[in-house]
Amino acid sequence: MLIDLLIEAIKAIVVVVMVLNLAGVLLWFERKGSALIQDRIGANRAAITGFGKRMGLPNLGLVNTLIADPLKLFTKEDFVPDGADKFLHALAPFLALFPVIITFAVVPFGDVVQIGSRTITLQAANINAAALYVLATIGIGVYGVALGGWSSNNRWALLGGIRASAQMISYEIGLGLAIIAVVMTYGTLDLQEMCRAQGGVWFGFLPRWGICLQPVAFLMLLVAGMAESKRVPFDLPEGESELVAGYFTEYSGGKQAVFMMTDFAEIVLVAVLITVFFFGGWQVPWLYRDGFHFPGGAHLALPQLLVAILGLVSFMIKTVLFCWLQILIRWTLPRFRYDQLMRLGWKGLVPLGLANIVVTAIVVVLTSGAR
Amino acid sequence: MTPGVFMFLATLAVISALGTVAQRNPVHCLLSLVATLLTLAVIFIGLDAVTVGFLQAIVYAGAIMVLFLFVIWLLNLQTELRSAPGYLAVKAISGLLCAALVAELFLLLRHAPTAGGAQAAAPPGYGSLDMLATTLFADYLVAFEITSVLLLAAIVGAVALARREPSRRGVSAQAMAAGAAAASSERGA
Amino acid sequence: MVPMSYFVGLSALLFAIGAAGVLLRRNVIVIFMSIEIMLNAVNLAFVALGRRLGSMDGQVIVFFVMTVAAAEAAVGLAIIISIFRNRETVNADELNLMRW
Repeated sequence: MLIDLLIEAIKAIVVVVMVLNLAGVLLWFERKGSALIQDRIGANRAAITGFGKRMGLPNLGLVNTLIADPLKLFTKEDFVPDGADKFLHALAPFLALFPVIITFAVVPFGDVVQIGSRTITLQAANINAAALYVLATIGIGVYGVALGGWSSNNRWALLGGIRASAQMISYEIGLGLAIIAVVMTYGTLDLQEMCRAQGGVWFGFLPRWGICLQPVAFLMLLVAGMAESKRVPFDLPEGESELVAGYFTEYSGGKQAVFMMTDFAEIVLVAVLITVFFFGGWQVPWLYRDGFHFPGGAHLALPQLLVAILGLVSFMIKTVLFCWLQILIRWTLPRFRYDQLMRLGWKGLVPLGLANIVVTAIVVVLTSGAR
Repeated sequence: MTPGVFMFLATLAVISALGTVAQRNPVHCLLSLVATLLTLAVIFIGLDAVTVGFLQAIVYAGAIMVLFLFVIWLLNLQTELRSAPGYLAVKAISGLLCAALVAELFLLLRHAPTAGGAQAAAPPGYGSLDMLATTLFADYLVAFEITSVLLLAAIVGAVALARREPSRRGVSAQAMAAGAAAASSERGA
Repeated sequence: MVPMSYFVGLSALLFAIGAAGVLLRRNVIVIFMSIEIMLNAVNLAFVALGRRLGSMDGQVIVFFVMTVAAAEAAVGLAIIISIFRNRETVNADELNLMRW
């Protein structure tokens, strides 16, 4: 009984720590990656021991991004604007971060692991209505942004907050429609079941991943996810050239760090959702619980622990790949104008999503026989 | 659900509801209401009504309350001053009536035959999306269709009532609030 | 196990709090929020009693109540916006055009 509780606690702590660390690493990815894309060098100054410089190695900016910047942000003076609502000003960043992090509780980052006689599912919380839980937490995430903008007693921050919350609730509908189509395809709301259903092969060699079944929903999820996390090309609420910094203009120090962390945690969240729904989650092609079964007929038996670790590694690789895709899109495309953004959300994604659901429903009924 | 968990959630719900009714800043009232709604969603899930609980969080706390927030901003409501003097008689009578309401409801509960007793075992699949959808589309289909017409009427009505004459350039806050109204009604669908 | 009467009791208490809010507050938006509390209290009673009887009807009714509440909130708030544009106030005491 106590061991069970301990295992659950360890899983939860590992998930939270992994997400926050990945958010930090993504920050570095973004700085160096954007430098690569824009044909410049990026951060390369800060160093602690100077060892790398003496050896002639290039400075990758790791100390800069991962140690110096967080240290600077957390030790800066934290001022609250005059006339602002102090309680809400302090609450808003955490109200924005909290829903994003708790969404990771239902994400399956691996199949089962057998330790002794105990089978541990690599998922922090096994809810069988997990897709609804994801939608609920994404819906709650609007409040942090909205209140951050309003509580700053600054009309441009308020404008950024209004734009951000209007954008988020509009694209939530597109997100929900994409998730509904996926739920219909797999017939279950449970994320672990969806990952398991993506094992196996078609025609003997093609892995049974969701992207082949729901390409439209994949695109919708990518677009709506990027709009939810207010990344370029949807970052008008942050409008770095228009609204100073939009809804987090009046935030400094630790609270700004929390808002930034929310931004990167949401990138990870969108990448994780895409992986779980469309790319098999932790599935490695042709890998089953007892080892590899290659299309030619070859069979490579593997111990169960190695299979679990391979699943975990494949999940991480796919997640990082989609994080990189979002960073790439950010530094390539210009920003949408606000009415273009709204038009895309309402007049583009919603009809497309509904049409996708109708077509999916027809196909599901036809291929499953009379029910 | 153990009695301890229920007591904690019930206390949280009552305190948040009192916060909604008693606070002077409308945005603080709204946040207390969101807390109440989320607590109730957790209670629903504890009562095996899993889908309805999550729908409460998605639709009610996630969309309708955002609509309220937009309207509060649009009207630029400030913190209210201390309640106006006078109306003491009205307040006293209102308080008495509410206390009488609570007493009456508790008395009714004491004598109600079905409200007491422990929970029976739930039928398998109770509260799942499957069962809710089956009941909804099989037994309550007409009501469902009428509800969709109702939502359409609400969207059209809200936009018609709330918009300004189209003489302003660009996206105005009013249009955004109307859009938020449409969003929450679609959520409710 | 928690007896059902506890849930219905909580529902009654929340309903009374909502009713107190409607009667005692003057700000129209807060009156609206108190009405939402009352609706949620009724939802809780429906879910609890549906669970007691093992029937899904309680949850279906809650589904409809939520939908109707969404529609009502949208239209009600639109009305409040219209009133505010004409009268510049959301204090229920000052909206007394039809009083004698």
